[in-house]
Amino acid sequence: MTLDEFLGIGVTKTIGAHTFQAGEIKAFAAKYDPQPFHLDEEAARRSVLGGLCASGWHTASMFMRFDALDRMAAMKGWQGAGPAPEFGPSPGFRNLKWLKPVYSGQTITFARTGLSHRPLASRPGWVMFSIRGEAFDPGGDKVFEFENAMLVKVGDRKD
Amino acid sequence: MAAKKWAYEDFEVGASLDLGSKLVTAEEIVEFASQFDPQPMHLDEEAGKASVLGGLAASGWHTCCIFMRLMCDAFLLDSTSQGSPGIDQVKWKKPVLAGDRLTARSTILGKRLSSSRPGLGFVSMRAEMVNQRGESVFELENTGMFLSREAAR
Repeated sequence: MTLDEFLGIGVTKTIGAHTFQAGEIKAFAAKYDPQPFHLDEEAARRSVLGGLCASGWHTASMFMRFDALDRMAAMKGWQGAGPAPEFGPSPGFRNLKWLKPVYSGQTITFARTGLSHRPLASRPGWVMFSIRGEAFDPGGDKVFEFENAMLVKVGDRKD
Repeated sequence: MAAKKWAYEDFEVGASLDLGSKLVTAEEIVEFASQFDPQPMHLDEEAGKASVLGGLAASGWHTCCIFMRLMCDAFLLDSTSQGSPGIDQVKWKKPVLAGDRLTARSTILGKRLSSSRPGLGFVSMRAEMVNQRGESVFELENTGMFLSREAAR
């Protein structure tokens, strides 16, 4: 298994699907994003969004859940030479777009595409790994996308 | 309904808004991570210390959510906000560790009225959160949509 294979460079992988129920939409919003269209069906119907929908941060956080679980499974499943690469922290993200509302009751499918990796001169043995994250509604329309990068400890491997 | 305090007209380019502060507890770091980012350095003190983050550290998405709540309480809930199409950029600059107190501030970078939808305007902001040592831990740039006072009437 090469590092490219491990990181899924050039590959789009479905990492999970989640049905956003009204109760969890409201519970998340009450803590982090208490705008009326995330908290109350009636207020949401009257709003620009037209119905109860998840906070955009809720959608993004659910992507993270599936991505974290997938990464941890990948580390466990490492079959290449030497120790498994280890995922580290992320310096941030860019171009996050909430393209459509995620409405209560919708099942949203999450996907990750490995874009590239490059060695870090400042941290020998680590690479910066770039991905694109996306989420799709039941009709196949994209509701969410962003570009993210994270550190991966790869040791002195050369592939 | 009472008029909202913040409409499109009320955002002045160059103005800096104090968004308040929030103590980040170990309990809430673990609670968020259990649901949304179950990596060891966000779930366990020892695993956090052993990681490059140096302690039990909040998920970056938790930090985003903490910022969102501060912004809601500071002005967004009392505004004519019509949501946001997205986030241009977020930088997680330093780890946010259990016990840190984050203080948030947002600066208005620019604003323009929509050409296609009368009464709607776009307001661009750059926000920052600093910890109790004055270190910048988080930066965010985004554009929010707000109705004009007249359109919100």
